Amino acid sequence: MSDVVIKVENLSKQYRLGEVGTGTLSHDLNRWWAKIRGKDDPFLKMGETNDREQKGATDYVWALRDIDFEVIHGEVLGIIGKNGAGKSTLLKILSKTTSPTIGKIKAKGRIASLLEVGTGFHPEMTGRENIFLNGAILGMTRKEIKAKFDEILDFSGVERYVDTPVKRYSSGMYVRLAFAVAAHLEPEILIVDEVLAVGDAEFQKKCLGKMKDVSVKEGRTVLFVSHNMTAIKSLCSQVMLLKNGELSLIGNTDQVMNNYQLLFSPSSRAEFDPDSKVTGNENIRLDSVELENNEEVGRFCINEPLTLKLSLTNRKVFSPINVNIFFNHLDGTNIFATCSTKRQFDIGPMNLKCRIPANFLNDNIYSLSIMVVTESNSILDVNEALVIEGFEPPREAGWLGKFPGYVRPKFEWQDY
Amino acid sequence: MHNDQFIAILLVYLVRMNTLETENLIEHWDIVIGQKSSLFELHLGEVWRYRDLLLMLVKRDFVATYKQTILGPVWFFIQPLLTTITYVIIFGNIAKISTDGLPMMLFYLCGITLWNYFSECLNKTATVFKDNATIFGKVYFPRLIMPLSIVVSNLVRLGIQFILFLLIWGWYLYKGANVHPNFYILLSPYIILLLAIIALGTGMIISAMTTKYRDLVFLLTFGIQLMMYATPVIYPMSVLSKKYALLIKANPLSSLLETFRYSFTGSGQFSWISLGYSTVFAVILLFIGTVIFNRVEKDFMDTV
Repeated sequence: MSDVVIKVENLSKQYRLGEVGTGTLSHDLNRWWAKIRGKDDPFLKMGETNDREQKGATDYVWALRDIDFEVIHGEVLGIIGKNGAGKSTLLKILSKTTSPTIGKIKAKGRIASLLEVGTGFHPEMTGRENIFLNGAILGMTRKEIKAKFDEILDFSGVERYVDTPVKRYSSGMYVRLAFAVAAHLEPEILIVDEVLAVGDAEFQKKCLGKMKDVSVKEGRTVLFVSHNMTAIKSLCSQVMLLKNGELSLIGNTDQVMNNYQLLFSPSSRAEFDPDSKVTGNENIRLDSVELENNEEVGRFCINEPLTLKLSLTNRKVFSPINVNIFFNHLDGTNIFATCSTKRQFDIGPMNLKCRIPANFLNDNIYSLSIMVVTESNSILDVNEALVIEGFEPPREAGWLGKFPGYVRPKFEWQDY
Repeated sequence: MHNDQFIAILLVYLVRMNTLETENLIEHWDIVIGQKSSLFELHLGEVWRYRDLLLMLVKRDFVATYKQTILGPVWFFIQPLLTTITYVIIFGNIAKISTDGLPMMLFYLCGITLWNYFSECLNKTATVFKDNATIFGKVYFPRLIMPLSIVVSNLVRLGIQFILFLLIWGWYLYKGANVHPNFYILLSPYIILLLAIIALGTGMIISAMTTKYRDLVFLLTFGIQLMMYATPVIYPMSVLSKKYALLIKANPLSSLLETFRYSFTGSGQFSWISLGYSTVFAVILLFIGTVIFNRVEKDFMDTV
């Protein structure tokens, strides 16, 4: 019992959808009136489970509902779930940037999060100054930072530039330095979001290694959120699955992983909430992804070509961009990506379609992610935008086993 | 039999109490994240632990403002100097408002130096949530650090501008103008502290309200300007008729400016009662401000 380092009790978080500001005064007055009469908050009764695919009846949703779990000292707990399942909200509450509507979290020791590295970096300040500033923001004292300064610098690999303002850094150097500071925080509990998506492969390896060190050698507790199932599998001892804001399953990695894959039912069309911050931002927004004219829901015949239709809204991107579709295996492995030709789009709706030839995909389930890229960086990244499944028409005779591999291209074979 | 039952119930109760107590003893949690905690839980200890952050933020403000400018901190001098000259021309020479027999330059600079500090602090603290939304949304640290760092970093600025004031003051003193400093000068640090507290308190109250209702931001700039005219910055208390004097005295900033001017120049009014009034006012404002600020900081991210 003394081994429990995090205890989450009955945790719920309610959000108000739509525009905040309009009508808030009347709601506030309503709440206040209820409070005076000693009644419950009238708006807490409302609210629905957070299912983005359904349009709700009220403006209030539960981003998290009745979450209960405990984390044992030294455990690496993976948190998985589809987009909008409440993972980020849970992490935000854990890192104290927002508070729960109902419920409690108790923890032992310091919690630090790597939700966003480099927070508070000031472009005009040098690397050295930023290490101190960022470290202080993350909760280290000057003395602690001083003691670890060399180690941090060494880990980041930017020694030569330490007295240069970080605005002159390449984006890679910037991220390295930021991660190095965060990685040397030595909290008892570390929260890691998908920061590992940044940096080059070598640096990612370093980061994952550091995480492993933190948990195995130093016996610290790590909460790890990722879409990358391979990373989850190799790092986590326990996994928690969130579904529409509710805790669907918690247990050993393999068991939960199997359940996770069941979540992905193929569908022919996915439409996204225009206000969502996951599928859109101030630059660009993904509106829908569709698998064109197929008879069966979300399924396509692998012997026939298939067409994917994307519709996006360009809000304010004036530079040339291209749109990528990533084909992923359900364990998170990326199989291949295809991208549109780079060009400039007008502000307003963008409709693109991508045709994939017959006899290329295998009879697998594919999870599609959409990414929009400008010259230098990605401006929108939507994981698991659509899940589709390939099927094969009955074979005439002969071998009936499943073809191996992620893809099944039909190449030319000849006698010679 | 009734007795037995009673004893049994008592026993059960005692045992339960006991286990509850031991449970509480075993369960020691460093962090408890819940809904709104008690109104008066101000987490000041935590603020103290993060004092290094405060210093770093002050440094950041400094570096950020004056990097890549040629004149650098000299800008601190230029701004009050130009304002003073403008006031000398407009209020002194055109409007001919009395300066209590003081050299105009000195009179206005005295008011402007203090007022600038107050208005800068108030302006910045009032929008602290809005200005720092991105950083607040990502990392937790006691939010109180931010408004505190604003007050401190402006204090540095004030220090530099104060040197300018001292130079001009010294020059007039040397020239033998009608300037009579007295022992109340020793009160100046206290006056600046009160100014900081009032700015901080008011700023925090406004900042908490602006997270939901942005309308207040528009009122703020306008309000600060009006406030200046309700404070003896460009006129001395002595020119006011009885009716207005009472109104202006109700403003807790008035006695601060008057005292400061009186201590350095010997002209103006000083009373312990007014200063006491300002002190009480400042403490109450700071308290209300801190309570409201702490209340809002918890979930302002959802509304900002």
